[in-house]
Amino acid sequence: MAAMTKALPRRLVGLASLRAVSTSSMDTLPKRVKIVEVGPRDGLQNEKNIVSTPLKIKLIDMLSEAGLSVIEATSFVSPKWVPQMADHAEVLKGIQKFPGITYPVLTPNLKGFEAAVAAGAKEVAIFGAASELFTKKNINCSMEESFQRFDAILKAAQSANISVRGYVSCVLGCPYEGKISPAKVAEVTKKLYSMGCYEISLGDTIGVGTPGIMKDMLSAVMLEVPPAALAVHCHDTYGQALANTLVALQMGVSVVDSSVAGLGGCPYAQGASGNLATEDLVYMLEGLGIHTVSPPTPWWRQP
Amino acid sequence: MGNVPSAVKHCLSYQQLLREHLWIGDSVAGALDPAQETSQLSGLPEFVKIVEVGPRDGLQNEKVIVPTDIKIEFINRLSQTGLSVIEVTSFVSSRWVPQMADHTEVMKGIHQYPGVRYPVLTPNLQGFHRAVAAGATEISVFGAASESFSKKNINCSIEESMGKFEEVVKSARHMNIPARGYVSCALGCPYEGIITPQKVTEVSKRLYSMGCYEISLGDTIGVGTPGSMKRMLESVMKEIPLGALAVHCHDTYGQALANILTALQMGINVVDSAVSGLGGCPYAKGASGNVATEDLIYMLNGLGLNTGVNLYKVMEAGDFICKAVNKTTNSKVAQASFHA
Repeated sequence: MAAMTKALPRRLVGLASLRAVSTSSMDTLPKRVKIVEVGPRDGLQNEKNIVSTPLKIKLIDMLSEAGLSVIEATSFVSPKWVPQMADHAEVLKGIQKFPGITYPVLTPNLKGFEAAVAAGAKEVAIFGAASELFTKKNINCSMEESFQRFDAILKAAQSANISVRGYVSCVLGCPYEGKISPAKVAEVTKKLYSMGCYEISLGDTIGVGTPGIMKDMLSAVMLEVPPAALAVHCHDTYGQALANTLVALQMGVSVVDSSVAGLGGCPYAQGASGNLATEDLVYMLEGLGIHTVSPPTPWWRQP
Repeated sequence: MGNVPSAVKHCLSYQQLLREHLWIGDSVAGALDPAQETSQLSGLPEFVKIVEVGPRDGLQNEKVIVPTDIKIEFINRLSQTGLSVIEVTSFVSSRWVPQMADHTEVMKGIHQYPGVRYPVLTPNLQGFHRAVAAGATEISVFGAASESFSKKNINCSIEESMGKFEEVVKSARHMNIPARGYVSCALGCPYEGIITPQKVTEVSKRLYSMGCYEISLGDTIGVGTPGSMKRMLESVMKEIPLGALAVHCHDTYGQALANILTALQMGINVVDSAVSGLGGCPYAKGASGNVATEDLIYMLNGLGLNTGVNLYKVMEAGDFICKAVNKTTNSKVAQASFHA
């Protein structure tokens, strides 16, 4: 499905969003939440032990059976940078592709994109950041240069009818720059959205965020990008992930990234925990009576 | 995250990073600039009192029996963090709770810092008298919103337990000793399952009307989620003033901070927690225990709420007790900080 952008009116924030986090906030929760399972990619990427290809495939197949509708399978990045993801092509080719489930893969550049398509990818993800220093250290170029790379990918993706999801890292803080302004996050998010990403996942990469800061950041972003096109991606480095996710839900976000078993540590804080655990997220959502989207029953499971 | 560098250099030290974000270090009173203050979540209380239950609820659920002198040292360290309430021990029969067998020695041995209160649990009149003889100046009684839990836990019905507590609370009031009431299983019971908000309200009201100055509503087995927390609080708040309520969340299913945030959004401003997230769960082997004080403070600091507590010092006290008990901390903040 090709990524589409629409011209949308500026959303009026102010009283509405303030009220959204006060006592009546439970009433504004979405009825359905889509979980984007990033364990096999973001989770494993941060695990020290290299997991064998068959094990990765088994993990993804098990996740497919669990009813998740989006499972990020791997990353088409150079094995020099991320040894854990060296088997990207084998993994993508080896997993069972259930109907109704999408298996996005990361593609940092055009080369990675082409390799991903050759391996059968139908959806890709690109990774921006709200921090100039993080971009330099992480992908060795400036933010402006990164957008040029992404533009090339998005153009190629559009021609090939491949959806592109955008990530923005460091939305609540950066390990190099410290504080990140909500305005900067909004700027980068808007850029990715207008370039053609159908959804933007806002990542608290080092887990430093707390609910008030999450709210401030989302308030700024929602002025530029519709809530339906937003997701949150919280790391649990300081135990704040679920509380931050709750606030995001209260503000109308209905897509949440998480990682089974809370896989992945944090390369910036040795010994720290990783992503928000999918199990704990599902527990909260079920307790709140929120449906977690699952694919339609495949034909072989119908009675 | 995207490509991850295998060697991370030049990033900010965790102290600098966290100081910048005002999540760590001294309490944030006066430290926030005006622009930041107005941008925080509205409708939240300005000050939150943390009731530290690590030495009692935390240690009570730890398998390793902690020596008396370690307990005393632990409590003394907590006294220097800015915490204003530290639950010291429980005057319960050592047959039931061996960990608390040294209650008298601990109560007598700690240094009672001015401005800090040291409540102790007193399940019955006998325990109450012992507590007072040992120097206690504040006590707590433990009710439950579940008949089965009450029977299994303290071997009597809710009604019988209220009778016992009334004796204790009356004696306490007579001696000008404040009494705090706990209601266990406020969001679920390991024996009965679902607990109605009405039942929680009924028990809370009993404890409040017999003279408890504050009622701590406990999600004993951590099964609650923000929705059930909200429904329970809505019911209780119809009968008991907001200022007399506290929440006591266990993190068994990782829901504690989200549940506490919900309570704060409803105006609750007293939260129980245990340093290092001490204590497991006797009903779910291997599960985590109380919400970690460090992680709670981190969230409150980030929200710009005043607690008066120094997070660094709490982390140090947590490090001390974890080494003494030979366990890894359950606090994510401590995990991220002590290895960095």
